[in-house]
Amino acid sequence: MLTISGSPHIHGDNSTKKIMYGVVVALMPAVLVSVYFFGLNAVRVLLLSVIFSLFFEWIIQKYLIKGPVTITDGSALVTGILLAFNVPSNLPSWMVIVGALVAIGIAKMSFGGLGKNIFNPALVARVFLLVSFPVQMTSWPKAAVLPMGLADVITGPTPLGFIKEGLGAGKSMAELTQHLPSYMQALVGQMGGSMGEVSALALILGGLYMLRKKIITWEIPVSVLLTVFVFSGILWWINPGKFTDPVFNLLTGGLMLGAIFMATDMVTSPMTRGGKLIFGFGIGLITMLIRVWGAYPEGVSFAILLMNSVVPLIDRGFKPRRFGARPGVELIK
Amino acid sequence: MNNVILISVAVLGGLGLISAVILYFVASKFKVYEDPRIDEVEEALPSANCGGCGFPGCRAFAENAVRQAKNEKSLDGLFCPVGGNEVMQKVAAIVGLEVEEHAPMIAVVRCNGTAAHSPDKVNFEGATSCTFANALYSGEGGCQYGCLGLGDCVAACEFDAIHMNPETGLPVVNDKCTACGACVIACPRDIIELRKKGPRDKRIFVSCVNKEKGAPAKKNCEVACIGCGKCEKVCEFDAITITSFLAYIDFEKCKLCRKCVEVCPTSAIWEVNFKPRKPKAEKTVPLKKNEEDKMQNTVTQAIGIKGQSQTGSVNKEVVGSEHIKNKSEK
Amino acid sequence: MGFLKTFTLGGIHPPENKLSANKFIEVLPIPPRVMVPLGQNLGAPSKALVKRGDKVKAGQLIASGESFISANLHSPVSGTVFKLDNVVDASGYRRPAVIINVDGDKWEDGIDISDKLISDINLTAEEIIQKVKTAGIVGMGGATFPTHVKLMVPPGKKAEYLIINGVECEPYLTADHRLMLEKGPEIMVGTQLLMRALKVDKAIIGIENNKPDAIGHLTELAKSYAGISVQPVMVKYPQGGEKQLIKALLNREVPSTKLPIEVGCVVQNVGTAFAVYEAVQKNKPLIDRIITVTGKAVKKPSNFKVRIGTPLKFLIEAAEGLPENTGKIIGGGPMMGKALFSEDVPVVKGSSGILLMPVEESHRKEEGPCIRCSKCTEACPMGLEPFLLARAARASRYDMAEKERIMDCIECGSCQYTCPANIPLLDYLRLGKNKVGGLIRARHKK
Repeated sequence: MLTISGSPHIHGDNSTKKIMYGVVVALMPAVLVSVYFFGLNAVRVLLLSVIFSLFFEWIIQKYLIKGPVTITDGSALVTGILLAFNVPSNLPSWMVIVGALVAIGIAKMSFGGLGKNIFNPALVARVFLLVSFPVQMTSWPKAAVLPMGLADVITGPTPLGFIKEGLGAGKSMAELTQHLPSYMQALVGQMGGSMGEVSALALILGGLYMLRKKIITWEIPVSVLLTVFVFSGILWWINPGKFTDPVFNLLTGGLMLGAIFMATDMVTSPMTRGGKLIFGFGIGLITMLIRVWGAYPEGVSFAILLMNSVVPLIDRGFKPRRFGARPGVELIK
Repeated sequence: MNNVILISVAVLGGLGLISAVILYFVASKFKVYEDPRIDEVEEALPSANCGGCGFPGCRAFAENAVRQAKNEKSLDGLFCPVGGNEVMQKVAAIVGLEVEEHAPMIAVVRCNGTAAHSPDKVNFEGATSCTFANALYSGEGGCQYGCLGLGDCVAACEFDAIHMNPETGLPVVNDKCTACGACVIACPRDIIELRKKGPRDKRIFVSCVNKEKGAPAKKNCEVACIGCGKCEKVCEFDAITITSFLAYIDFEKCKLCRKCVEVCPTSAIWEVNFKPRKPKAEKTVPLKKNEEDKMQNTVTQAIGIKGQSQTGSVNKEVVGSEHIKNKSEK
Repeated sequence: MGFLKTFTLGGIHPPENKLSANKFIEVLPIPPRVMVPLGQNLGAPSKALVKRGDKVKAGQLIASGESFISANLHSPVSGTVFKLDNVVDASGYRRPAVIINVDGDKWEDGIDISDKLISDINLTAEEIIQKVKTAGIVGMGGATFPTHVKLMVPPGKKAEYLIINGVECEPYLTADHRLMLEKGPEIMVGTQLLMRALKVDKAIIGIENNKPDAIGHLTELAKSYAGISVQPVMVKYPQGGEKQLIKALLNREVPSTKLPIEVGCVVQNVGTAFAVYEAVQKNKPLIDRIITVTGKAVKKPSNFKVRIGTPLKFLIEAAEGLPENTGKIIGGGPMMGKALFSEDVPVVKGSSGILLMPVEESHRKEEGPCIRCSKCTEACPMGLEPFLLARAARASRYDMAEKERIMDCIECGSCQYTCPANIPLLDYLRLGKNKVGGLIRARHKK
């Protein structure tokens, strides 16, 4: 029997699955780096986060919504990995599980599942954990080479936290910078921080892969990073004794992870070029405001969540350039 | 401290007072006189805001009713299909007039192109929208006049009165129908018609809208009206007319004698809610065996199942149709 | 190669699959019976002038275009009118047609059916347009808009460029490609005729870069025809859309809801140029056309020259039969073509190809939730937001759809092609366009 349907009769090779697994591939360099620096603990957190994200999605879809189960589409897998990336590697296991429940159950499924959530699920979980368990969420293990133990490790502050604390205690910038990791160390990720955010290099590598595979577009990462760079550059230029330099700001904290993987989440970012640029600008701005004047040393997650909430407005305001808007020739009236 | 409290009380109180005074004057200066009967009429209406009366919502109907009553001293042309005669009597009483009784109406689906009567020739994939499918192609069974079965009428209904029968792929009207006409407008092929409900819900109609000659019509659907004219000849009340190979029964003239039903060679004419006829010589109407068995289960549930006119009429067309899940709801 | 011209917004690149690109155009024998539908052009159907039993010759007028946007129709064969009846058209609707039983191949007097090239033009613009009108020529690219209407520049407007569309951006189709290779000089003369009819002195032939042989051939020919130039353009779908091609060649954008004449352009298909040549220089009305029969499972993908009214079955047989696993027959290309109801449909003036699709490719993939990836927005060549328009149409928000310019949609299908969630975006866009169009018409009536 012949089939009748409207044109087009062919379909490209895009699929939701392909996009999600593309993101997973792009996350792999950062996964390797985190395992390298944080060892078995990183593996533990990663596995727990992924398995429980998938589990919660499965159980909710099957028994609560009683709809089709779509855990194989890869979206819960991505959320799981990103959640693990956003927590310290020595976080107690049960907290990771709570995080997975918040990410999938509250931030994603309660809005209607894939494509309908307003906020990035992994970030909602991170912020939930941060405000609920501030101590555990801010005791960062020191980066070592393949630490094999699962026991307590030596913890220390992140570079951003160190600066904030130091400045608060009245120490001078010159004094503080001596104890900071070098740019090279920061680039490869040899510093304290959440397990996925430390290595700027690995994250950039993943970002380039996603750009090439057309999973993300350049607008959001570039505008976030550029805003942070310019903003912190201006502050540093005004008073280098009080503010950190722009390169340091780019390489530390969750900025790279946020700009490349979290802010570019398709579901929670704007659709048009103009909208994406504004979205990125907003994230960069809020991040710097929190870093410099806020109570927290780091503000990328808050910045992204805040900007997530205005995405519908941005989408309404920024329309794509319509064909015919610039005729290129004087029209005969 | 006391001072602060006193000042705030004075300031806020003063503000409130000034606003009240302003509001009072504005309200009295810009007062719009409105006939109080409009509110009363609106109260009497069913508040379905379905638009079935031709006005956008019950309020608009009430305004028009009161205006017309004042200017023309009549309510002619105004009718609330949802509320029916009862509501119209109330409305008339409010404005101090009398209204004529309207015969109650119901939406009637004039297609019987079930999968058995009009076997699928192609397979359709795409948006569940009759409007879209109508522009795309003729229909899975090949009939370009018949029901596409994608449920635009179901989506248009505000009263939960029309549903898809998954067995037949055709919509079924139940007794919640208020004859508001939304489904009539929604159907891109004008298959649904508002007809007189008839005494004790008895009615006879041609369940086909195919305007083609007999042969091609019949080729696509075995219960199509072929325009043979037998019903027109047998009708004693001039109720049946045939235009472009399609019979139409005027429900104002039809006396429900059922003669046309008997002579129709393709069983395209339907009688509903009649008592079963005394068995006469069995008519030779194409009826597939397995379909007949299925009918035993479903015929009392839904109008729209084939072949009921020769095996006796459906006694209660509406029973159980709420249970039928709508195909397009998924 | 440098940077090739193309349009800037959106666009996709589906696999080209030009299976029949090097197959010479084959002239098919005349079938024993032809069915000539009366509504072959955009606008009002033609009015039949013959009745049952009439003898007709090939090229004889059998139906006339009565209203402004309508075209004449000529008998493609000689024989006897069997009857006037409804026949199933591409969408399965039965519509009026003239059915002719073929008897020999006698042509109407005055038609030159030799292959001799006549390149002298000694007619005025009005005479050319009249001849085009008489010959019943419509846009051969598929839109079937009557050509003579397009050639009559509305008062107050002035055409500056004639653009000949040899892009053929649809995958699989090669009819225009072969025509350019085999009928180059005729296309050139046809282009000159169109230029004279429009009173323009510049014509650009736009050809996609995947047809280097056609580009080379026509560039060589263009040297000896004043005012005609050949411009290769990048391979990108939908470059063959009028508005996209003008943008690519001249960097001009036709404003929303306006026609190309607003920016001084008239676009004609190469097939139309060829038909105009035949009509004006040879007095031959439009009664045959080149059509590609193709598909991955087709044994002999071919380009055929057939008479209008030939049943598609006849063509498929000439391409060595319907493959067993055919799940879809498409009239036209895979991006904008129409899925056909049966193979008994006749060839019409707008048929550019028949694509036979195997069952495994003929079904849509399962629809998933929109993940707001914005790929549809990126792919839309008109700068629309297909996801938003589809959602508006689904929710019956036709006011919103109209405000978001749903009527600008050219139905190219790029959005649906690229959607990772397999949402039938274009289905809903068509639904929305249908409804919004109705609303606009109702408003104009008031």
